[in-house]
Amino acid sequence: MTWQLAFLATLDGLAYAALVFMVAVGLTLIFGVLRILNVAHGSFYAIGAYLAASLGIAIAAGGLSPWLTFPALILAAVLVGTILGTLIERALLRYVYLKEDVLQLLVTFAVFMILEDVQRLVWGVNPYFEAVPLRLLGNISLGGIFYTNYQILVLPAVALLILVGLRLFLRTTLAGKLITAVTEDREMATAIGVDTGRVYLITFVIGATLAALGGALASPTTSLVPGMGADMIVLSFAVVATAGLGQVEGAALAALLIGLGRSFAVYLMPELEVLVPYLVMALVLLVRPEGLFGVAQRRRI
Amino acid sequence: MAGRLNAQALLAVAAVVLIAAAPLMAQWVKVLLTIALAKGLAVLGIMILLRAGQVSFGHAMFYAASAYAGAFVGRWTGGGELFVLIGAGLAVSLALGLAIGVFVVRYRYIFFAMLNLAFSMVLFSILEKFFHVTGGSDGMRIARPTVLGMELERAPFEYVMFYLTLGLVVGLAWGVRRYLASPLGQALAAVKSNETRLEYLGMSARHALLVGYVLSAGLAGLGGVLASITQGLATPEIAYWVRSGEFVFIAILGGAGTVAGAFAGAVVYEGVRSYAAAYFADIWQMVLGAVLLAIILFAPGGLVGLAERLTGRRLRGGSADPAVAADQARVGER
Repeated sequence: MTWQLAFLATLDGLAYAALVFMVAVGLTLIFGVLRILNVAHGSFYAIGAYLAASLGIAIAAGGLSPWLTFPALILAAVLVGTILGTLIERALLRYVYLKEDVLQLLVTFAVFMILEDVQRLVWGVNPYFEAVPLRLLGNISLGGIFYTNYQILVLPAVALLILVGLRLFLRTTLAGKLITAVTEDREMATAIGVDTGRVYLITFVIGATLAALGGALASPTTSLVPGMGADMIVLSFAVVATAGLGQVEGAALAALLIGLGRSFAVYLMPELEVLVPYLVMALVLLVRPEGLFGVAQRRRI
Repeated sequence: MAGRLNAQALLAVAAVVLIAAAPLMAQWVKVLLTIALAKGLAVLGIMILLRAGQVSFGHAMFYAASAYAGAFVGRWTGGGELFVLIGAGLAVSLALGLAIGVFVVRYRYIFFAMLNLAFSMVLFSILEKFFHVTGGSDGMRIARPTVLGMELERAPFEYVMFYLTLGLVVGLAWGVRRYLASPLGQALAAVKSNETRLEYLGMSARHALLVGYVLSAGLAGLGGVLASITQGLATPEIAYWVRSGEFVFIAILGGAGTVAGAFAGAVVYEGVRSYAAAYFADIWQMVLGAVLLAIILFAPGGLVGLAERLTGRRLRGGSADPAVAADQARVGER
């Protein structure tokens, strides 16, 4: 492997890790507060991507400025996050908070099955490809390697913005502090009068929006096919499990680890590409069953 | 107790006789029923894990690994012998179950479910990517094997597969009931309700779960190899998460945690699917998801629970509905 290939793999890995991080951090945030692993998270990602592509196509068809595709990406994410997120949390999840863990998992799995078909009904099974934002920003030359500005500047910048923004939000704003309080000790938070119902809803919508944003931002870089949601939920779970459930900063590191591992595998051993995230996860979990930054849970006797 | 047991046994015998006689009345149902019963075996595997409160979103990997093992042995031995194919499938799924089980039984709930899913995705992509070995997404054809050295025509072979599967189902259903009633099987329920207490009693929760896991892998594998020999084909699609989800779905549909429910669910599911899937081809998963939600929210006992409610009779042994009891316990805890 020449250094140029290694460099290219690093850039690929960075761009990929940025996207995976957005989805994974939403998943881990929701888990931290609701204690539910949202399997439907992969659907938010996929639907966000499809909606962004559709908006992009509509903008082109309407003869509007192609630069409008950038706000369209954000708009797609916010629409999916608020509408789908609110709907699912209010109409479904809040009725199962007291049920067994297995049933909670199955409920989100059922939602996932439903959304997979919704997505297939609305957008069909043919691949979508809509790369206007990618082309608009052009390429950059780094040490003789050409790379798209979108992937090397925009994606990592947005991921970093989310990481810092989320940290500030959780540490300094009232809503963020309430979310942190519920994550730390739900019973205590309820006892001192925190409206957990609202905290759950807000958290779920934020998490869903982050997943949809990951999808929307991914849409210019890849062709959209059915099944992308299933791949993403497993991958982002691998990231979240590697980091430790509920760990925001850890998710960033784990996403980098898995993103880089995967992109190097693409160049070195292409057959193993899909295996790398799971190998990383398996290795980490063998040594640290709670994940890299997870804390062991108290055992109830 | 004796009266209830007799009623249960009677019902089970009646169901088996009814299924055994079905192909004599309508030829075409035998393949459908064979597949349904084979899937029922996989569902029985899921059910064992549900007893321990764990759900696997990846059991299709054992179903598929065993099917491919049968296909490879068939290819190497030029058609092969039915029982060798089945034996190979079973052996591979048990071995894989042990290898993966040692790893996953350290985890519970979400981790358990998702790690199984991750492993099955790995197997799925291996089956699909290594085209030159596995035939990629086209899968592998399984030629009709000989049965104890005899070459059979299609129709008699299908009868053999049907009655063999039915026989295995009856034997294994009985065996699993015995297993669940044994201390090792009872330990599974303890893993669900309170693992720490189980360990204070001097039993290893991991060990109990590992035994259950390997057993469930073997059951899924047996189902996989039986179904794919009957269909004459093994494709990567059977390792896909959709298939694993289907098993979990059937287990919940039948009634989580009951042996009878696993097969009742499988037969009803396959029956409905063979009619309805044609009309609902595009929204089949949506229908499944909606029914799954409806069962979880409104009929947690599944088909067995509904039958109990209708007949006003408890069809299964053991304590009151564990799901309800656990719910109440959790309300108290929180």
